[in-house]
Amino acid sequence: MAISRRQFVARGAVAGAGVLIGVRLTGALARAQESDAGAKKAPPNPFVAYVHVKPDGQISLIVAKSEMGQGIKTGLAMILAEEAEVDFNTVRVEQAETRPDLYAHMGTGGSGSTMENFMPLRRAGATVRELMITAAAAQWNVPRSECEAKKATVVHGKSSRTLGYGELVEAAEKLPIPDPEKVRLKDASKFEVIGHSTPRVDIPSKVNGSAQFGIDVRVPEMVFAVVARCPTFGGKPAQFDATKAKAVAGVRDVFEIPALGRDMFTAGGIVVVADSTWAAMKGRDALQIRWDNGAAASESTGALREALRAAAGKAGKRVRNDGDVDAAAAKSAKRVDAVYEVPFLAHATMEPMNITVHARGSDAEVWAPTQSPDWVQRTVAQILGLEPAKVTVHTTLMGGGFGRRYMADYPAEATQIAKVAGKPVQLVWSREDDMTHDFYRPSACHQMRGAVDQHGKPLLWSHTIASTSIGAWWDPPDKQAPEKSEVGGAEQMPYAVPNVRLEYNPVASSVPPLWWRSVEHSFNGFAVESFIDELAAAAGQDAVQFRKSLLVKPANWKPKGDDDPDPARLRAVLELAAAKADWSKPMPKGRGRGIAAYASFGSYFAEVAEVTVKGSDFKIDRIVVAVDCGQIVNPESVRSQAEGAIIYGLSAALKNEITIKNGAVEQTNFDGYDPIRINEAPPIEVHLVPSTEDPGGMGEPALPPIAPAVANAIFAASGQRLRKLPFQLKPVA
Amino acid sequence: MSAIHLLINNSAHHVEIAPDTPLLWVLRDKLNLTGTKYGCGMGLCGSCTVHLDGEAVRACQTPVSSVGAKKITTIEGLSADNTHPVQLAWIAEQVPQCGYCQCGQIMSAAALLAKTPHPTDDQIDAAMVGNLCRCGLYQRIRRAIHRASGSDGSAGAGKGA
Repeated sequence: MAISRRQFVARGAVAGAGVLIGVRLTGALARAQESDAGAKKAPPNPFVAYVHVKPDGQISLIVAKSEMGQGIKTGLAMILAEEAEVDFNTVRVEQAETRPDLYAHMGTGGSGSTMENFMPLRRAGATVRELMITAAAAQWNVPRSECEAKKATVVHGKSSRTLGYGELVEAAEKLPIPDPEKVRLKDASKFEVIGHSTPRVDIPSKVNGSAQFGIDVRVPEMVFAVVARCPTFGGKPAQFDATKAKAVAGVRDVFEIPALGRDMFTAGGIVVVADSTWAAMKGRDALQIRWDNGAAASESTGALREALRAAAGKAGKRVRNDGDVDAAAAKSAKRVDAVYEVPFLAHATMEPMNITVHARGSDAEVWAPTQSPDWVQRTVAQILGLEPAKVTVHTTLMGGGFGRRYMADYPAEATQIAKVAGKPVQLVWSREDDMTHDFYRPSACHQMRGAVDQHGKPLLWSHTIASTSIGAWWDPPDKQAPEKSEVGGAEQMPYAVPNVRLEYNPVASSVPPLWWRSVEHSFNGFAVESFIDELAAAAGQDAVQFRKSLLVKPANWKPKGDDDPDPARLRAVLELAAAKADWSKPMPKGRGRGIAAYASFGSYFAEVAEVTVKGSDFKIDRIVVAVDCGQIVNPESVRSQAEGAIIYGLSAALKNEITIKNGAVEQTNFDGYDPIRINEAPPIEVHLVPSTEDPGGMGEPALPPIAPAVANAIFAASGQRLRKLPFQLKPVA
Repeated sequence: MSAIHLLINNSAHHVEIAPDTPLLWVLRDKLNLTGTKYGCGMGLCGSCTVHLDGEAVRACQTPVSSVGAKKITTIEGLSADNTHPVQLAWIAEQVPQCGYCQCGQIMSAAALLAKTPHPTDDQIDAAMVGNLCRCGLYQRIRRAIHRASGSDGSAGAGKGA
């Protein structure tokens, strides 16, 4: 639905428009938005979505969240339907227009869509319900307290009268909107939709080919483009010959586009525009290009690994310092030192990057599979010299996001091309483009030092992280705080150890880094949950009992910040996973169990892996998961997200790494970077903790514990401690 | 350029195209059958799986000139109304997340079940190992195939559920 500024201000006072309710972020979240380190302008209004009750009573939820597989359109509609007292199936979910003037926050990421919208949508739904009750009570001239709403109908029990929402819209439209902070909300025990598995609304279109992803966009007169980019990061074409490329049937044009700098970070290169994707790709194959590789050509994974190890081994910026680690070291009975290493990783979404842009001179239209439509809009507008409002951005379905589709690089490239092409142009990245010009999960090295006393109690925990910082890459030099994007989860290390120190050192690299599913938790979870296992072994204690004894919640406990996990909730999932996995039952020789417990994005996970080790080979037999994500909206979606994030994490734990040679990525397709396949996927059992706490995120937090759970299981089965991802067991002599 | 006749989902199509063009791009860019997806271009991910005379093939590795008179079935032709047993099972098990690979998964599964109506877990692995799912929904895929095979869904519990 198109919402005019006037409608927004007048909140549906336009005759016949129905009731329009802006969905407001809760106070804390709204403030967080305004103080966002991105230093964007304060949002012009506080709404994140709109609820539109049409004149016929039909309810639409117009929401600025992108669907990339997380089922958000279903979950958000469930929340609204619950409080509005309408049948879930009657709520229509519409993708918002890209209108930063109407929506406070358009990005989809950080596992945040449910967390952000749960209370605002409940309040909006309740507002609909209360307005309808008020309108009906007035019409019948009875007290409001005698009326209740059910299935889009207000009922006056005493007189058995009913009025449907459609019959009440006109009256409701004229009523003042109640204060959203004070509107009456349902008690969680009365929920009939929230917490009940509900089939996802997007699934039917995804089993018959009708779901339209970005790459499926077809518009009249469109052409297709690919770009030849320098394999070495930061390199550019020195010279090229397009003669043979232009001779390929279907090729229309070949030209160069320059690399774009900060915020866009495109590689630039030679563009081939053609009548079809295939012709463009063939044309590109026929290009003759000599590259100027530039300064990055000297970078290699081997040298970077040495630099990371060196940086992790020296003092860094202090992030946490409890007690006195140095003094405690002198008193320790048993010391443990360990180094953990993780490689770069590509996102490798199944749908490679692509976008369709039509630059028409005075305006433009864009079809974007994106997690950040407003950033796409600003980028396209900037390149075309237009006001952002002149750029219409349609957000399409995405074949996976995982953080990659937050970027504005492919929209920027496509706009450079569209400007020349003069027709709608679909830029398609081949799988090779996607894998070699991604923005990668940082490579990191962790130096851990710990010690236990003679009773097996941990005395100290010292952790130094070195990584190719995301913040250092993205932020202007004067704003850089490279540790901020890298230390989450390590800073909140939840175990009660009296002396704790965390330090950070950034390491420079030409490889562009980015948020990758669960961001820094993907490596900090591995280091923290492996090392606590090492300390348990040093103490001669059971891994579950040892953790439990250190997950202490003092009576006056208060979180130090938003990300500080509640030790009691973490302990509860630890106990549940252990119980469901028969933790105390002995395993035969060659088999072992490992556990890891970790909180991120507001959710608590414990995962048990069972493995069989045979020589230098191992197999994961089963994974048992316990999750406390606060109030569950759609249980089946929670299970599915947990299963999916675990398999994504297993691909990284067992198989995948991006390596660099001469400043270029060595892996180019799924042969060199092969994710987990069906024959390698272990059974995963997910156990849900019922809760009425605020909802946590679900897109990411199942991922961090899986690598350490497997490493700990391999240790239990074989005595081998694996500290480098992806895992490789030592060959057996 | 060559004139090529194709029988797709029981309708005749005629295209003028370079004969080495992969069937994938003919379907997607010439005939607007975009349910068949591009994922890797090397036969490594299975997103482009279609049926040629009932056999699952990777459309990205199938030059259009090699198809000849064989009947092509794409996801759009699997059923008119989402009622193929594999589609019904995929909905019942709530398989897709992003959904991008799922058309290819479904075409591989449908070809498997046509030949092997009651596949074992090992037969499922063998038939589906070429189909990547980056959302990691293999357990659901396995359950859905067992469900579509007419077993009660718990039949896959040994390994997959």
